[in-house]
Amino acid sequence: MAELNTSGGGDKKGGKVRSKKMSTRVDLTAMVDLAFLLITFFMLTTTLAKPQAMDLAMPDKDEKNKDAKLEVADNRTMTILLGSTNRLEWYMGSVDKPLTPPTVDNFGKNGIRKAILEEAKKVQGITGDSKKGLIVLIKPSEKSNYKNLVDILDEMKISNVQIYAIVDITAPEIALLKRDNIY
Amino acid sequence: MPKVKVPRKSTAIDMTAMCDVAFLLLTFFILTATARQPEPLPVDTPASTVKVKLPELDIATLTVGQGKVFFGVKGQQVRELLLDKMAKKYSIQFTPEERKRFSLMESFGVPMANLKQLIALSGDERNRLGLQMGIPTDSIDNQLNEWILQARYATKELHNVDMRISIKGDSKEQYPTIKKVIDILQKQKINKFSLITSLRNEAK
Repeated sequence: MAELNTSGGGDKKGGKVRSKKMSTRVDLTAMVDLAFLLITFFMLTTTLAKPQAMDLAMPDKDEKNKDAKLEVADNRTMTILLGSTNRLEWYMGSVDKPLTPPTVDNFGKNGIRKAILEEAKKVQGITGDSKKGLIVLIKPSEKSNYKNLVDILDEMKISNVQIYAIVDITAPEIALLKRDNIY
Repeated sequence: MPKVKVPRKSTAIDMTAMCDVAFLLLTFFILTATARQPEPLPVDTPASTVKVKLPELDIATLTVGQGKVFFGVKGQQVRELLLDKMAKKYSIQFTPEERKRFSLMESFGVPMANLKQLIALSGDERNRLGLQMGIPTDSIDNQLNEWILQARYATKELHNVDMRISIKGDSKEQYPTIKKVIDILQKQKINKFSLITSLRNEAK
């Protein structure tokens, strides 16, 4: 590589001056090294930098009549309360007369997802109508963080819950969280 | 016995073709790459399994972290018009030079009164940690509300589309701060927005 042809043109007998014939080969190793280094860099930075967007629709807030409440069927409603230290609590029905006892659970595959899928199946069995599935009310408490909220919304997407809403937490529910030491 | 001579082969390989391919790919990646803008408020976004990409145009980003809210909107023209509208609203005069500099700022977080000083700073100084204290969101002086509203007007005027809003929150951020931002949006009857997340590697 990178040879220079040094032979030839040594003796000057004749009148003709011969120009030296140089080899045109260049050592490309370093150039290729550099090129691949840059390729690796650009490949990694382009694929990692793209953020994802999770679409979220909030229920319309009516400022004029704040007391207007939407009535939802008790046996289709699951309430998930987000507490502190990455824990949550869920129950079916309303807070005064829960249909299932409030259960403290974890996020993720082995925690809340099992409960959601189970309850969704049960609700489907009760209503017998594919359009009337489970309704999930998400109530984040002041001690929960943003990651918990995104996690639970992600859980809705994974378990294919069609109707869910983020709702303000109420005092009896905070008491419930306090009782179970996750507030 | 005479030694058997093994003919020595040159170890040099012709790398021309390899070099060609390498540079072709390099050019491709350089051209498709979008330079990452330095952010004044670094946040660690939570992971999720959604695979919807964020749109590139007509979108405002509210960065929430450490109890502070930063505002940014895509597009230089939108930003220039936005500054004009805000200047009129708060009766502060901006020179053409300041408008130009503001239009290059991706995201910022200072009260309206300090905006002039922020614009005067250089890019490096601007992104120093803890320099920008966030946009006021309290009910007496709700400037964030005003920024969002004017940005929506500006986008509609220039591109005739509704501006989308995305929230980029830190995973450690407490819920009340996020709630405050969502409440401001809902007051403007924005009930649909996006949460920016990073990709979770495996379905946990």
